[in-house]
Amino acid sequence: MLYGVMVLWGWLNIYSATYDANQSIFDLSINSGRQMMFIITSFVLIAAILIIDMRFYETFAYVIFGAVMFLLLLVPFIGKEVGGNRAWIGIGSFGVQPSEFAKFATALAAAKFIGSVGFKMDQLRNQTILFGIIGAPILLILLQKDYGTAMVFLVFVLVYYREGMSPFLLLVGLGVAIIFILTLLVENNWILYGIIAFAWSLAIFFNRKKKFKRMAVITIGAFVLVGTIFSVDVIFSKLEDHHQKRVMVLINPELDQLGAGYHVYQSKVAIGSGGFMGKGFLEGTQTKLKFVPEQYTDFIFCTIGEEQGWIGSILIIVLFMALLLRIVFLAERQKNRFARVYGYSVACIFFFHFATNIAMTIGLFPVIGIPLPFFSYGGSSLWAFTILLFILLKLDAHRMQVLQRI
Amino acid sequence: MNEGRKEVIQIVFLLIGIIFLFKLFFIQVVDDRYKNLADGNAIRKEIQYPVRGIITDRNGKLIVYNNPEYDLMIVLHEVHAFDSTRFTKVFDLTPLALRGLFKDFYKEIRNKKANSLQPYPFLRQLSNFDLAKIQDHIDEFPGFYIQARSTRAYASKAAANVLGYVSEISKGQLDGDKTTIYRQGDYIGQSGVEKYYEEYLRGQRGVKFFMRNKDGVIKGSFEDGEADTLSIPGQDLTSTLDLDLQEYGEYLMAGKAGSIIAIEPETGEILAMISGPSYDPTLLTGKNYSSNFVQINSDTLKPLFTRPIMAQYRPGSIFKIAQAMVALQEGVITPETRIRCIRKGMAGGLIGCHGPHTNEDLRGAITNSCNPYFHGVLRRMLNQGKSDSPFEDTRIGLAEWDKHIMSFGFGKPLGIDLPNEKGGLVPSPAYYDRAYGGRPWKFSNIYSIAIGEGENLVVPLQMANFAATVANRGYYITPHMVKSIGKGGKPLPPYTAKHFTTIDSANFRIAVDAMERVVLEGTGKHRAQLKDVIVCGKTGSVQNEPHPDHSVFIAFAPKKNPKIAVSVYVEFSGQGARAAASIASLMIEKYLYGGTKRPQIEEYVLRGKFL
Repeated sequence: MLYGVMVLWGWLNIYSATYDANQSIFDLSINSGRQMMFIITSFVLIAAILIIDMRFYETFAYVIFGAVMFLLLLVPFIGKEVGGNRAWIGIGSFGVQPSEFAKFATALAAAKFIGSVGFKMDQLRNQTILFGIIGAPILLILLQKDYGTAMVFLVFVLVYYREGMSPFLLLVGLGVAIIFILTLLVENNWILYGIIAFAWSLAIFFNRKKKFKRMAVITIGAFVLVGTIFSVDVIFSKLEDHHQKRVMVLINPELDQLGAGYHVYQSKVAIGSGGFMGKGFLEGTQTKLKFVPEQYTDFIFCTIGEEQGWIGSILIIVLFMALLLRIVFLAERQKNRFARVYGYSVACIFFFHFATNIAMTIGLFPVIGIPLPFFSYGGSSLWAFTILLFILLKLDAHRMQVLQRI
Repeated sequence: MNEGRKEVIQIVFLLIGIIFLFKLFFIQVVDDRYKNLADGNAIRKEIQYPVRGIITDRNGKLIVYNNPEYDLMIVLHEVHAFDSTRFTKVFDLTPLALRGLFKDFYKEIRNKKANSLQPYPFLRQLSNFDLAKIQDHIDEFPGFYIQARSTRAYASKAAANVLGYVSEISKGQLDGDKTTIYRQGDYIGQSGVEKYYEEYLRGQRGVKFFMRNKDGVIKGSFEDGEADTLSIPGQDLTSTLDLDLQEYGEYLMAGKAGSIIAIEPETGEILAMISGPSYDPTLLTGKNYSSNFVQINSDTLKPLFTRPIMAQYRPGSIFKIAQAMVALQEGVITPETRIRCIRKGMAGGLIGCHGPHTNEDLRGAITNSCNPYFHGVLRRMLNQGKSDSPFEDTRIGLAEWDKHIMSFGFGKPLGIDLPNEKGGLVPSPAYYDRAYGGRPWKFSNIYSIAIGEGENLVVPLQMANFAATVANRGYYITPHMVKSIGKGGKPLPPYTAKHFTTIDSANFRIAVDAMERVVLEGTGKHRAQLKDVIVCGKTGSVQNEPHPDHSVFIAFAPKKNPKIAVSVYVEFSGQGARAAASIASLMIEKYLYGGTKRPQIEEYVLRGKFL
């Protein structure tokens, strides 16, 4: 149900985003027409997924993973370049992005591995393999310079956390991210060094009676933070120019309204001008007149924000919240570990897309090319999200069988 | 071991959702800024300038109208790269000038006076001729368009001071504007009728909205033009001026400094108001406004100074008429009262006299403008013996005198429909207290006001109004410049009410008779007498040591049912019996009969140059 509402709503918005009075919503030469085709093919996919035996997914998880990785490997050579990224494999007039499909393939692989007999999270070897599973697609997608999609796979850390991995890694990641942004915000690094030194001495002081080992951990932690600060400049200068600017713009949005800040600025203007009730379907001036770039794909949320206002935005967020919690609920009621891990992977992937996409349109996150599931225009992403979701539904439908067999 | 982790993940999900809700609420509902920015992005506003109301004379003759004029507007956001050589050729500019224009424009953008999204006047005040050259080529340069507006044009160069001029609103005016009607680049009436009647003349600006996409390509009107408004033209004004009389008056004043004011007594309508020297109003319109303004403004003869309402003079002998009426009203003299004229002996020799007379009654004293007579009249007026102290007695008398004099409209601005009117001065007891620093004063200190000298100050308009009041035998209607706002309209409400003086009309009749005799047999005999009509007048010469006196004359005619009342001031031209009386009578002749039958008088006036 949720799926149907979202896909239809997304379709109408794509129509609105590319609206031209002379064209019908069904016209195949415009995006809304094509999206309709994608939606129809998605139904075919759904049917196929539901027909295939549930054991297929678990059995062939590694095979699917391997095949998609192979495709990713091929992309830099046979792919065609769209918008600066070489991420597409052309099939006729349509393009397919293998990186989109890597998501469910990785989810399957990770689930299979965690779900295998005798798996224990606290073994270093297992952890290494898990990071290998997400590391492979990240590396291959980075080769395509599609940083946004690569970042999606980091969300698997959250899944691993659910399955027993120490929260230490999450916290360190969070800490490093905070320090990174602070370093960009605060001109003088010495202030940060001072704070770290102060925190370190406090920690040492209160642990005086404790073991030497813990003091060592704290000291190492402090050095990691200091190292992060040092590395910021280095990493930052290694980033490509337009990425650098996108991050800087986030920190100071008024910095460059016609250049790097243009996306975010125009996007915020469009959403902000929607007001409480919105301007009405097909009435948005900012999106109609193409001030917001890529408004039918990554910035589809602008159309919603402008034309349906805050009410529409709330509805979108509520829809996604409902979807996410429903998926978590489904995952939790699975009887075997494979299905549960897979369910969490789906939830986390959706969550990452939803969170970063909306965050970037309202200027809370740097602009990275991440579509909004089911809303953004694009065949590959719609198919990939459909596959992700319906494999889970299939698994859920047969959860009782699993129990019986074991 | 993994208990609670499910909840952690769910909380993270929900937390992010709630953060989004708040952030969206803030930028969508709370913050208005984005709404405005969005409109600025997508909507180009084109101003439709209204046509300013035109001004005609009382007979419907055109005086001030409008000329079309064009600004070349730029919307930087819509400008594409263009061939600058071609641009300079089409718009007749040097490459250097073009660069300068862009430099100025960018400076305005930096100063936040302009922006890249909304139109800005790039080249101003193109003429019809320029437009013809440009029109066919303007489409070659997207982002540029022609905006029509209008500047003032003058069918007659007359009455420049009183009608005033129009120019672009200054920064100071814009900052001080509380109506929020004006924008930078708007025209506004800067003086005279143009300023006073600005709110009627200006009309209302309209606006047209166009939608454009991000490349600045116009995509048609916004909401099918529903939000567009048409400009509403300003209201036309019918002035009270008689253009022929006005032009004749300016012809007579050529080469002189001073003023002529002619009023229709019955209505208070100003038939002519001449301020000399004046300026050519066409200089203060169009492209060369700034340089011309500087030149006119720095002229030592002050052509921008509107003498009829701003120049304050001592009233001179014409004040004796008022003096006589006040004394009659107070009962301190009768028309038969005689006071000996002892010539130079008066007041320690300070008041002299002229003409062959010795012991006149009131009419005779006015006819011959006898100074000692009025010195005596004022003494009786101020020292009526109401107090034993000569100081206190004078104070009581002066307060009474003030009340009467001010009822003629002296001592404060009359309230004409022109800006910057001055009020003159009628000295009050409080004024003398200040002037004498608290030391006591009495009649012998202040007697100069008896003959219109001393502390008294009037503006020429007040004297014309005084002549009209006498012509009406006791009341005046505040003089005004505009007869009708809009077609078949009315003057503003203050200009229909009658103001009565404190003097009985019987006493006015005595004054009228005396003024008739001034022209028949007295000081105005030679220059002001007309064959076909009885003119009533009074001469005056304002002492102006060490320069020659200012020549002053007030008059009205005919004696019965007066049609015109006149006051004339000619600076530095000697006795009022000469230049001023001649001009006044010529104006009366012109108005009543369309021209003069006394070419020698006209020639005499034109010969006179007193600058």
